[in-house]
Parts: sequence; C-alpha cells; structure tokens
Amino acid sequence: MTTVSLPTRKPGRNRSAVATTLLLLGAAYCLLPVLWVLIASSKSAGELFSTFTLAPSTHLFDNIAELSGYRDGLYWRWMANTALYAGVGAAASTLISAMAGYALAKFDFPGKGTIFNIILAGVLVPGVILAIPQYLLLAKLGMTNTYWAVLLPSFISPYGIYLARIFAAAAVPTEILEASRIDGAGDWRTFAKVVLPMMRTGLVTVFLFQFVAIWNNFMLPYIMLGDDKLYPITVGLNGLLNQGASQPAMYTSVITGALISIVPLIALFLTLQRYWQVDLAAGGVKA
Amino acid sequence: MSLTTPAPTTTAAAPAKPAPAPRARSANKRSGVPYAFLAPALVLFAAFLAAPIVYAGWLSLRKVKVSGLGLGAKSRTEIWAGLDNYTRSLTDPEFLPSVTRVGAYGLIVVPTMLGLALLMALLLDADRTRESIGKFARISIFLPYAVPAVVASLLWGFLYLPRVSPITDLFEAVGLTAPNMLSSSGTMWAVANIAIWGGTGFNMIVIYTALRSVPTSLYESARIDGASEMMIAWKIKIPIVMPSLVMTFVFSLIATLQVFAEPMTLRPLANTISTTWTPLMKVYRDAFTRNDIYSAAATSVIIALATFILSFGFLKVVGRRAFNQED
Repeated sequence: MTTVSLPTRKPGRNRSAVATTLLLLGAAYCLLPVLWVLIASSKSAGELFSTFTLAPSTHLFDNIAELSGYRDGLYWRWMANTALYAGVGAAASTLISAMAGYALAKFDFPGKGTIFNIILAGVLVPGVILAIPQYLLLAKLGMTNTYWAVLLPSFISPYGIYLARIFAAAAVPTEILEASRIDGAGDWRTFAKVVLPMMRTGLVTVFLFQFVAIWNNFMLPYIMLGDDKLYPITVGLNGLLNQGASQPAMYTSVITGALISIVPLIALFLTLQRYWQVDLAAGGVKA
Repeated sequence: MSLTTPAPTTTAAAPAKPAPAPRARSANKRSGVPYAFLAPALVLFAAFLAAPIVYAGWLSLRKVKVSGLGLGAKSRTEIWAGLDNYTRSLTDPEFLPSVTRVGAYGLIVVPTMLGLALLMALLLDADRTRESIGKFARISIFLPYAVPAVVASLLWGFLYLPRVSPITDLFEAVGLTAPNMLSSSGTMWAVANIAIWGGTGFNMIVIYTALRSVPTSLYESARIDGASEMMIAWKIKIPIVMPSLVMTFVFSLIATLQVFAEPMTLRPLANTISTTWTPLMKVYRDAFTRNDIYSAAATSVIIALATFILSFGFLKVVGRRAFNQED
C-alpha cells in the first residue's frame, strides 16, 4: 500500500460504488411492482388491505383456485387466446416479413425503391389513425368480434419487414443463391431451404418483437371484440378490474391474474435474452 | 454500426457472360418472383394500413344528415361535410385540455425515460468488469418490458392506493404525509411513472447495444491521454449512441402521443381520470360511446398529422433520416 497509488485508485472505487448503487436503485424500482404482486397474490381478500404490504401470506393457491373458478375458467381461456393471438400472429408476421425483406434485399425490380419507402413510412404511422377505420372496415366484412379481427391486422409489421431486409442483406450471400439456382432449386425451395435458415437469428428477433407487441396490445382487441370469450388477457384483466371497483372481493382475483399473466413473458425473456441486443438505429442484432 | 448490403453485381455478372441465352430466359421467368415474395406483405399493407388511412380521411370529411324526425332507415343519409368535423374537433372544449395534458405528459415522460435509459446504459457500460451486478441490473431494468401496459397500470394502481402502498408506510415512518398519486394533481405523475417504468429498460438495451459495439481500445487510448470517465462518456460515448437516441426519441414520441391503455386501466381506481383524459380516449369515446365516427375520424387525423409533423420535424432538426436506406 503506497500513498502514490491512492489518488489514482480512489476516484475509480468511488465511481464504481456510485455506479453500482445507481444501478441497484434502478433495479429496485423496476422490481418493486413485480415483488409486490408476488406478495399480494398470496394474501386473502381480508388481508390485502389490512396486513403490511410486503408481508407475504399463505393463500396463493386458494387465490389461483378462486380465479380458475371464475365463470368456468374464463381466465385460462383468456391466457389461451393471448397465446394464440401472439403465437400465430407473430409467426405469420415473421414469415411475411422474411419473404418481403428477402425480396427487397436480394432482387432488383421496378418499383423496389418506392415500395421500400412506403413500408418505411408505415413504421411511423401512429396506430390511432388505424383503429377506428380498421374496425369499420372489418365490420363491413362481418369479421369484428372474431379471432380474425385481432389476428389479421397483426400479420403486417412494417418494422419487421425493415429488420428482415437488413438481415437478408447481411446474412444471405448472393453467391449461395446463384449456386442454389444452378443446382436447379426453384425460388421457393431456395427460400425455404437456404434463405430462411441463414436469416434464423434475425428472424427470432422479428418474432419476439411482434410477439411482445401483440401480447401487450390493448387497444386493438378492446375495440374489435365484444364477446369476452375471445378476449386476450389485457382486455380481460381490464374488465375484471372494472368489476372490482364495485365488488372489492374481486381484487384478489385481479391481482393473482396479473401475476400469472406476466409469468410466460418473463420466462420467455430470461431464456431468449441474447436475442434482445437490438440496435434500433442500424437495425442490427448482435447475438 | 450499420450493416451494409454487399454489392451483388460484380459476382453475379461475371459468370453470366458465357451463356447469355439461357440466363435471359431464366431472368425473364424470374421477373415476377420478387413481386410474389412481396405479395402477402403488400396485400396486408394495403388492407390494414393504406385503406384505413384513406378511409379515415374520407370519413373525416363526411357527416350524417337527419331528415324529418330521424325515424326510419331512409331518414339518415351521409353527406359531404367539408371541414366541419375538423372545426368541431378543434373547438371542442374537451379537446384542447386533453392535448395540453398529453403535451405535458410527453414533456415529463420522454426526457425522463430516455435520460434514465442513457444513464443506466452508460453505467452498465462503464462497469463492464462487474459482470454479476451489471447482469442483475440489466435484466431487472429490462423486465418491465415484458409486462403489458394494462398489467403495469394495474400493479402501480394498487401501489398508489394509500391503504396498500409501501411508499405511504415509508413516508409515515419518517413523519411525512405521502402525496396522493390518485388525486387530480397527482394522476399526471401517476400515469407518467407507469410509462417511465415500462419504457426505460427497452430503451436502455437499445442504447447499451450501441455502446457495446465500440471497441474498448478507443476508451483506453482516451484514458491514457488523461480523459476522465465523465469526459469519455460525454465526448465519445454519447456522440456514438446519438443515432440510437434519435430513434428511441422518435418511437417514444409516437407512443407517448397515443397513450391509452394506462389511463383506461387506472380509471376504475382513480375517479380523477375523465373519459377524454387523452386525445385518443376522446377518439374512442366519440366513436364508440357517442357513435360519432365522423368527428372521431377527424380527431384521429389531427393527432396523426401532429405526430408526423413532430417526428419528421425532429428528424429534420437533428439532420437525420429515419432509417438507414443503404441504397
């Protein structure tokens, strides 16, 4: 321990302590509501407003049973609907984006620039202008209040196409496409057997983006659906909370429902972390 | 960092020369291929983006004329309205307050959220050695992105209730009165906090990813030149992440002006939130509670135009194009 080393090392240590403290404070702020819902869903209706907020209780399974009993398991139907909307919607959207992105990155054809610019403008279109006319147009086709009303609009993702174009340009060498053509593979076969596997990493990101966007969406299903058997979890919980305003006994079900609803996405995040290294400006993904 | 398209022409043209005839035929045959690959995207784009925009514009210029007593199917006819719906929208006594409310809300949310996201990203990046704490903080701060706005509002809504909130306990422990987040002056902060909580982590990851693409050797040479960590952050790191900051700003702005799910979910818990608390809530009420789709269409055109002007105006001011077009 020499005195010489202190002036140079001390600021470094302080800074690191400050940085660590700030990061942990940020983490605490972000975890607080999640911790709260975990504890609150273990409380009975009586305990919710009477015992100390962060004191856990033992009624989690009673609450889950009560929630499951609500109108013959309607809650689980909402969860299944959400999985359907997000899973099918994101899968279809990813395939459509991959095809469009591949065409825009690897082919030359008249109108290419215009088409790409229109799709880019679509990224910045605010959903507000789409919601009501989408509803009215689907109503004319008699498709509102069906699964299709939520699924079809989620199939198109301008941002997904933009990302897919970048991935196709970066990950698919033109020589390999030529080679595949010389081998006599058709365009669709080349796409399915050569292009899609090469774009895989990027397409997982496109899928996740769209999956989360659909899973979290509220306004579109809220407008499109009237039958609560078709609701996704967001619209269902919103309705349940509205009921709770008049019968506070519902609150434990709302809170338990909120907890269960975030478990699948959190699990998805933790397992697929590396796909979330997204460079928004460049559109690149660093895995 | 930007991924650029490798120039395909040089490699493709060379082997094609010796056999011009079959190649011309195959190129001809393939000329429809890119359109076939694009077809599903273009059809869906036309049906669910282009057509609704045109239809909203059309509806905003129409109105219903009621003749006679308004009874029977023939008595209600749709007629040309000119700009009537727009003047009605703009002069509606509830429109201006909702616009100023969202403006103030945006002024709170966007700078706070992006400031926190930048700060956390810089802290994570400065502390690359302390992996375990950094990893824990990164995952924790990103976690709210997995929570839908409805659920986030629900959780925070309960935490705002004085009887539940641990924050109230904390204030009382030190002998202070906690602010009531669900009072009329508190709701703005209550909604803003939910948006900041939900959005900081995603933006942090975007900025952090941009920072990670910089080789550490760049910082080491700056350190050897005697630059402090603050100076490195300010002079090197922030300029490097500027394109990411610009894009997160534009996306945050668009999302902020359309705030809907958070106030809609808080409403049952806070009677201070009116049905026209934000412009989008007013659009919803006009269209579905009052069945006045025409003025709802006019209001949504106004919001969309304002969003476009603000986001493109911003991009113009900072002198950037929205996306790398790489052509």
